[in-house]
Amino acid sequence: MASDRSGQWRHAAEALVIPIGALAAAMAVFGVFMAALGQNPLEIYALIYKGAFASAFSWQNTLSRAAPLILTALCVALPAQAGLMVIGGEGAVVLGGLTAAIVGHLLSGAAPAGVKVAMALLGMLVGGMWIALAGALRQYRGVNETISSLLLTYVAVALFNHVVEGPLRDPSSLNKPSTANIGDVNMIGNLPGLDIHWGLGFGIVFCIAMHVLVRDTTYGFALRIVGGNPRAARLAGLPVGALVLTACVLGGAAAGLAGAVEVAAVHGSANASLIAGYGYAGILVAFIARQNPLAIVPVAVLVGGLSASGGMLQRRLDLPDATVLVLQGIAFMLILGSEALYGRLKPFRARAA
Amino acid sequence: MVELGWWGVPIGVVGGAIRVSTPFLFVSLGECITERSGRINLGLEGILIMGAMSGYAVSYTSGNPWLGVLAAGGAGLLLGLLHGLACNLPRVNDIAVGIGLMLFGTGLAFFLGKPYVQPKAPTLPAIPLGAWSNSPQIRAALQVNPLFLIGVGLAIGLAWAFRNTRWGLVIRMVGDSSDAARAMGYAVPRVRTLSTALGGFLAGVGGSFLSLYYPGSWSEGLSSGQGLMAVALVIFARWNPIQCFYAALLFGGAGALGPALQSVGITSGYYLFNAAPYVVTLGIMIATCSPRRTLAGAPGELSINR
Repeated sequence: MASDRSGQWRHAAEALVIPIGALAAAMAVFGVFMAALGQNPLEIYALIYKGAFASAFSWQNTLSRAAPLILTALCVALPAQAGLMVIGGEGAVVLGGLTAAIVGHLLSGAAPAGVKVAMALLGMLVGGMWIALAGALRQYRGVNETISSLLLTYVAVALFNHVVEGPLRDPSSLNKPSTANIGDVNMIGNLPGLDIHWGLGFGIVFCIAMHVLVRDTTYGFALRIVGGNPRAARLAGLPVGALVLTACVLGGAAAGLAGAVEVAAVHGSANASLIAGYGYAGILVAFIARQNPLAIVPVAVLVGGLSASGGMLQRRLDLPDATVLVLQGIAFMLILGSEALYGRLKPFRARAA
Repeated sequence: MVELGWWGVPIGVVGGAIRVSTPFLFVSLGECITERSGRINLGLEGILIMGAMSGYAVSYTSGNPWLGVLAAGGAGLLLGLLHGLACNLPRVNDIAVGIGLMLFGTGLAFFLGKPYVQPKAPTLPAIPLGAWSNSPQIRAALQVNPLFLIGVGLAIGLAWAFRNTRWGLVIRMVGDSSDAARAMGYAVPRVRTLSTALGGFLAGVGGSFLSLYYPGSWSEGLSSGQGLMAVALVIFARWNPIQCFYAALLFGGAGALGPALQSVGITSGYYLFNAAPYVVTLGIMIATCSPRRTLAGAPGELSINR
């Protein structure tokens, strides 16, 4: 019988080799596709690397794009620990950002440090409540959380548009309706010594905290029991409803924070740029990371890097900006499909006694 | 010209419902077939956009919009097949694959459709059912597209087929109990793959309506989430093709309420009306669900019911 430790190593190696192999296959398929269109795939690979990871500037671009994805992926991964499949992170992002913009505007005279904290906390609160709504509907009314969270996203976007284009529209924003600017003093700046905003720091800290919470605490253990078998959890006397709801609140808070940071670090006000599909991209990040909070960080950086390289392909080769979307689509499909390979590849199987 | 005044609102809503509902009708019928076989395809949004693009491109190059509709269906069929085959693999989650497909289809359509943003392709003709009236609003409201009528026929045909044909029964059995289907000797994965492919075909046709009739051109902002909404529509319709038709009309009409009210001077709350269909669907789900039983009419094998 193989020792426990070597089994762990095998699992880790498997979890690394399979997605990387799928990614390599996706690059190959994408290369064939581009070659069929008369492009040189090697040149495209080089440009993607250049645009995503080659220089300090491209790293900065990559990491800024990864920041919201880390947080929205948590909005999927945390409820997933309790067996819920929430796909409505986009709604929490949008409402979290809107809340931050409103708070920042209302408190514009107050001490900047207090304003920043209030924006982040209230953004998280609103995002958390929004996803908790889907969790509560599931827990107490039996409404499927996947569908209800998707529906709630549309309601959130409609609310957002209503507020931004109606009651709280800044009259001076003519072409792009926005709320009033929160003011430069209230913008949260960059990480010390870097040209990357605080969203990345928040995301990484959030992921590590959630990893510890899920793996090493009684709460996390109870949560995983609920996810594994809700009936057994109930028989064991666990407070299933409270566990499910807190997981939803934490996930929603992460997505709400993503929206608040986008407003307070990038846009300065709430406008349509906030509805950029971060919530949907986060779903894929979470699935590729197999709902593991720590694995979310590298996956989000990779996805952020792929989107960051779009501009480079556009400028150098005059390719449409959707080129990287095609690559992302192929990569996601293959990585999701590679899920089937776990436990089937010979080198990773436990040796028989 | 006859002054319609407030009557403009209901007429505008009916006209808008007929005009806007066609893509809803096709995607919801497609999703209905897929879900009846026990799978959810959340990627219909990508298929819809891919259908819109390929329909427009083929109509532009061939000069025949109906060839475009067929091409759109073909593109949708291929993407649906991809979803179906991917979900046949063990441990592959149909919802995640759907979102991956949404991204893939959208990206591919934007990439391949870049050259077709500018040129003007021949679009589908309209049937003027309102020719008897001399009121321009009524005439405009009753301009009906042939695809709408095909969709209505399809809804009736599907409802009949689910009840009375061998294939309809096989799809329903696979969706309700894969054990029973296996015991009867049917290949569950194959039935589901074909149902998803067929659903993709219909969603592709629904997409071609967007680019070839209304709004009638190809651009990247063409779809406003009709494909994603299909899932909600089918639940709203309780997996019944006839009710899919009513649901599509209702969703279309709710979307048309905002612009119609705007035309008589009510401009505030425009965006809130856009949320009406989702709020109604959610309300219906809350009213009809309970922790002790699943939705009436839902296929037993559907992942959202287990």
